[in-house]
Amino acid sequence: MSIAISIPHIFGTDFTQRVPWTVHIPFVVDRKFPRLEDTHLTTRNLNIRIGDTHILKDVNVEIPQNKITCIIGPSGCGKTTLLRTFNRLVDSIEGVKIDGQVNLGKQDIVAANAGQMSELRRNIGLVPQRPCPLPMSIYDNIAYGCRIHGVRGKRKLDLVVQHYLEAVGLWNEVKDRLHSPANKLSGGQQQRLCLARSLAVEPSYLLADESTSALDPISSKTVEDLFVKLKRDYSIVMVTHTLRQAQRIADYVIFMYLGEVIEQGDAKEVFSNPKHELTKTYLNGGIS
Amino acid sequence: MKRAIVIEKIWKALMYASIALVLFFVVSVIWSVFRRGLPVLSWEMVSSLPGGGFYIGKEGGFLNAIVGSIYIVGGATVLGLLVSIPVVFYLNVYLKPHPKLGVVARLAYDILFGIPSIVYGAFGFTIMIFFGLRTSLLGGIIVVTLLIIPIFIRSMDEVAKTIPQDILEAGYSLGSTRLETITVVVRQIAPAIATATLLGIGRAIGDAAGVMFTAGFSDSIPTSLTQQTASLPLSVFFQLSAPQLEVQDRAYAAAVVLTAIVLILSLSGRFIMNRFSRNKI
Repeated sequence: MSIAISIPHIFGTDFTQRVPWTVHIPFVVDRKFPRLEDTHLTTRNLNIRIGDTHILKDVNVEIPQNKITCIIGPSGCGKTTLLRTFNRLVDSIEGVKIDGQVNLGKQDIVAANAGQMSELRRNIGLVPQRPCPLPMSIYDNIAYGCRIHGVRGKRKLDLVVQHYLEAVGLWNEVKDRLHSPANKLSGGQQQRLCLARSLAVEPSYLLADESTSALDPISSKTVEDLFVKLKRDYSIVMVTHTLRQAQRIADYVIFMYLGEVIEQGDAKEVFSNPKHELTKTYLNGGIS
Repeated sequence: MKRAIVIEKIWKALMYASIALVLFFVVSVIWSVFRRGLPVLSWEMVSSLPGGGFYIGKEGGFLNAIVGSIYIVGGATVLGLLVSIPVVFYLNVYLKPHPKLGVVARLAYDILFGIPSIVYGAFGFTIMIFFGLRTSLLGGIIVVTLLIIPIFIRSMDEVAKTIPQDILEAGYSLGSTRLETITVVVRQIAPAIATATLLGIGRAIGDAAGVMFTAGFSDSIPTSLTQQTASLPLSVFFQLSAPQLEVQDRAYAAAVVLTAIVLILSLSGRFIMNRFSRNKI
């Protein structure tokens, strides 16, 4: 008898009205997908050739957990290619050839088949260089990733959308126009929307490909601050052209030159006491 | 005055002249059709089937042709979109890393685009004879579909080529497969789909040669896919070739209906397009 009374009671509860929801993060919002046990991202003897050009030469890196890793180096040194190898977006280039290993935990990203790729890419989010919302409403932009990974139900998605928009500080700005097109937002807002979109599928890693370079200084600062805040829960790999930005936020630095990793290590260590001659020259503005 | 400014004035005048020329043709075509057709056009004409002596000037209307045209074009548009949206998606998403295959495919439908509709008609006719089929609504729909698929693909592809790679990559990096990005691609090219549909309908509804051998002609409204059906262009053609002046006037009335349908379609298309393009990046 008591069951018959309590069941309608539970289902009658309007979960969206639960206050204050930020104190109690609903289980459905950030535990939608199984977590990886081992999330170490490493490369072993990674070589990439596009046609006859040798883009990456014997790259061995290990991305530290819950830190901001900045990949620095002059233009054309393979920073972006390395970043895009982590989620296999390099595949879209004609004539690309990958040798070596990129491992996420026990899984080899280079050898992953189409089915594993989807799950791997969910675990490794990307924040693009130019803000690029999907051609749909603000709400659908966040919900898109969840939907393709099988999260359904309006109530659940409402909570997810609100949670991640709040996480990037966009909720108060857009809560009245969630169903209006995302292209109406400003550049900085669009970039935060892209960030929220990546976060909504619960990645372990965030790849940022010069994600602040197309933004105005204030929006750029907002996004940068967000990355610093987010490193508590995510490992962030960032390609940057601005050395100052790397000095501000990096915990770990990988310096690349002509497709090779010249030096990597703790940011303070590399910036204050570079071991390699090339690194010294680059840090002093000798190579650009 | 400076030489460059004089030259610019001359070119500007030429541009105005060509715009005026185009507008003149638009207005004069509509005017000449409506001048002869409108006085004859009556409710009876668009709402009733041809009577016994309709083609020698007796009572009746050409509802058979209006409905027949709508059946043929409606069926062909649906079939055409079902074929061409996947083609455009394949060309622009799956073939993107292999552009050489795309060149061959695009060349193929460019050739199809240039084939005159009478050739499609003859082709359809040959196939139908081979299978022992009679002229029918289905035959008309299939031939008109063949006719408009290249139009659909060509106009959608032009827009789909400009889809930013960033959008596709955003989809991939969230874990979507290439097939799952179709929701993104379709939203992005929605305005192009609307335009292509209208262009295709405009071309299809006015096409006489394709349906002449394949759909046939009939004085009644078809009730199944295997029956013959009339169409507006053929109705215009048959009445215009009659010797009686009043029958020729009725041809103009049918042409008025045809023109009005096309005008309404393209105007409503403008409105629909604006609505579709609100999400476009």
